Amino acid sequence: MRNLKRQLLAGPYLLWMAGFVLLPVGVILYYAITTTSGQFTMFNITSITASVHLKALLLSLKLALACTIICLALSYPLAMILNKIKGKKSSLVVFIFILPMWMNFMLRILAWKMLLSNNGVINTVLGYFGLPGLDVLNTPSAVVFCMVYDFLPFMILPIYNAMTRIEKDIIEAAKDLGAGSVTIFFKIILPLTMSGVISGIIMVFVPALTSFAISDLLGGGKVLLIGNVIEQAFMQEYNWNLGSGLSLVLMVFVIASMALMNSHGEEGSAGIC
Amino acid sequence: MSKRLIDLQHITKSYDGQVVLDDLNLYIRENEFLTLLGPSGCGKTTTLRIIGGFETPDAGNVIFDGREITSLPPNERQVNTVFQKYALFPHMSIAENIAFGLKIKKKSKSYIEDKIKYALKLVNLDGFEKRSVDSLSGGQQQRIAIARAIVNEPKVLLLDEPLGALDLKLRQDMQYELIRLKEELGITFIYVTHDQEEALTMSDTIVVMNQGYIQQIGTPEDIYNEPTNAFVADFIGESNIIDGMMIEDRLVEILGVRFPCVDEGFGRNRPVDVVIRPEDVELVAPEQGVMEGDVTSLIFKGVHWEIDVVANGYEWMVQTTQMHPVGSHVGIRVAPFNIQIMNKPESSDERAVETDA
Amino acid sequence: MLKKSAERMYLFLIFLFLYLPIIVLIVLSFNDSKSKVQWGGFTLRWYQRLFSSSSMMEAFGTTIFVSLASALIATLLGTLAALGIDAMKKRGQAIMMGATNIPLLNADIVTGISMMLLFVRFTRLGLNTVLIAHITFNIPYVILNVLPKLKQSNRTTYEAALDLGATPFYAFYKIIWPQIRPGVFSGFLMAMTMSLDDFSVTYFTKGAGIHTLSTMIYTEMRKGIRPEMYALSTILFLIALVLLLFMNFGPSARKEE
Repeated sequence: MRNLKRQLLAGPYLLWMAGFVLLPVGVILYYAITTTSGQFTMFNITSITASVHLKALLLSLKLALACTIICLALSYPLAMILNKIKGKKSSLVVFIFILPMWMNFMLRILAWKMLLSNNGVINTVLGYFGLPGLDVLNTPSAVVFCMVYDFLPFMILPIYNAMTRIEKDIIEAAKDLGAGSVTIFFKIILPLTMSGVISGIIMVFVPALTSFAISDLLGGGKVLLIGNVIEQAFMQEYNWNLGSGLSLVLMVFVIASMALMNSHGEEGSAGIC
Repeated sequence: MSKRLIDLQHITKSYDGQVVLDDLNLYIRENEFLTLLGPSGCGKTTTLRIIGGFETPDAGNVIFDGREITSLPPNERQVNTVFQKYALFPHMSIAENIAFGLKIKKKSKSYIEDKIKYALKLVNLDGFEKRSVDSLSGGQQQRIAIARAIVNEPKVLLLDEPLGALDLKLRQDMQYELIRLKEELGITFIYVTHDQEEALTMSDTIVVMNQGYIQQIGTPEDIYNEPTNAFVADFIGESNIIDGMMIEDRLVEILGVRFPCVDEGFGRNRPVDVVIRPEDVELVAPEQGVMEGDVTSLIFKGVHWEIDVVANGYEWMVQTTQMHPVGSHVGIRVAPFNIQIMNKPESSDERAVETDA
Repeated sequence: MLKKSAERMYLFLIFLFLYLPIIVLIVLSFNDSKSKVQWGGFTLRWYQRLFSSSSMMEAFGTTIFVSLASALIATLLGTLAALGIDAMKKRGQAIMMGATNIPLLNADIVTGISMMLLFVRFTRLGLNTVLIAHITFNIPYVILNVLPKLKQSNRTTYEAALDLGATPFYAFYKIIWPQIRPGVFSGFLMAMTMSLDDFSVTYFTKGAGIHTLSTMIYTEMRKGIRPEMYALSTILFLIALVLLLFMNFGPSARKEE
């Protein structure tokens, strides 16, 4: 049957996934629940409650939340404004706002490290105006700043895409039935863009929560996030079991977001493609 | 004579440098079913949207019930629109869709519930309150769009080619539904379509438009039987439009034959257009006709036979219930009152539209 | 009117926020002084130093190789997968798409670590493992670009071709392929961009011997910032610009709206 033969084309992909996606998850699971000598233990996972780890997790949650909220607050109005632009200009404008997203992740961190440093551009400019300098480098604020900069386009795109999908005559129908702008926003636009908002939140919150590079480079060792803890467990302490256990805790958040995504019927980074 | 409800005065509108409406003047009476009829691009939808408030004219006034409302936004007008693609809110249930306008007017819960029931009953969709929009067929969505508009008790209902996406049988049923609705609700309907059959079926008044200009306003009978120019004659129904010479009042010469007719006031020896509907052409025995010709085509249409007859150099379109085989020789007769005289077109919009048929 | 200018202002502010760092980086890359704020004259020496630094160039080469190779292989596997998934029933498709989501939604630190743990059991970490890792997270992007195009494609023309005597392969090549080609290209470009950009996954799967640009910059940044890195960022920004221009306005972009 033609259909059956066609389905076999997905075979290589299936094998690849089994080997390089599912198997690794299994491996991490294994290390998470065993000690270095191979005995079963829940210690690795429960050690999330150790004060150092817990502090890191809570800080991560705090910063990721701050970053997500700021991104959302900035992106939604931006998406609305971009949506109003019609015609040929619109793809150009969207392009302009998406371009920074494709610049190398590391370099974006570099940029902010340069801007925020004590003898950097921002402080110099502020100095000209006689304003006090920003001593934000090596603080959580710098990390949040950079996170917002890094992840903002991931919030803008899904929301913008969802907004462009709203048919124009639905807005006109609402006006025809007597709705003013406020009503239209809350009753029509917001509900219909909710899937984009959720996509955006997930695409920002999860990377923000699990990041370690930003806090490493901009936090100067003083900002310890759960991602840093895990990275140190692997790369410095060579305690793979502990690292895996903590990673498993992280995965809970990831799975939760996947479930949320599924319940809204979106596919993967549907906002991006 | 009911009063004028809407008055469009000297309306002009352009898009991207193209003039869509040029000094349009039109009034609409209370409780009439008025149809704006014309081909795509003639300006009928633009006119409707100006009445609805979705477009503002570049020049001119819109008067509603004595008040000037030209720049009033749509949500403050007492008109409601049924959109071509229905525009139902996809994230709301049927009941919520219908209730939308009422909630904005802050009506009480029980009032809204009653109104929803009444509206659904009116469009023959009882019990559909909790259904979702995408579970409905096109025809059902159309009726919900109508229900959603009429619950707000507008003085005028605007309908923008609402039946376009429905299949033939459903369309015909819906046409009767709309007439019934208008009678029952007693409100003014302004209807836009390019389908002349639809216009003839439902309207009290038809406004024929082409290229931004009004060609003719009249009852369906007037428009059909006495078109004033070639465009109207050609757009409405089938017609034979023949070059003629008006000899004097009540006498016209076409294809070398003189026909007595009933029109006067077209002058002496002036070139005119002559319209004869296919169903008004009588085929008789050759010696009984005023001219003779040969049948070149014969198609059975169910309701009648469509026959082409070449006589005196012109291909006549004839509709008759009697069959005449191809190649047979026939005579042609036309009664005087079935001959309609029109002035020759003075501008491009008055000419019959060319199609490569 | 007030609203319009407020909107313009907002757009401008966001624009500034997004581009200020990039602009400063580009300007500094030509600055003949190590200072971040003083202009010391125009120079290309940072670019020269960049190109003569063998470690930088090696990392550059590795990065290009990995992104190109992984994107190509991912495009091949992903396109085949999309064709296969498209032929599945609803249930099967849902499961496959759910599985495809896993690498996309997974935190990249977890992806990197889990792959590292798997790799070290069997082999040494190096170029191969990085390549495999990149292919793994690239395939979903290809699928997400090809599958919609496949769904949109006209099935009846394919069947018409078969009806006229074409073999399935020929019909595919002549009918289906032209329709999905834009999706395949955009998937390839997206995979390449994701690869170029990646840090975390590469960090864990590369081992000690090799560097990509991202990991090299990371290591350097911990020591301090060298102006060569500004030159590097300018070049990478230009590459991203070209790639994106190609993706959005090039021959593979068909305007849908």
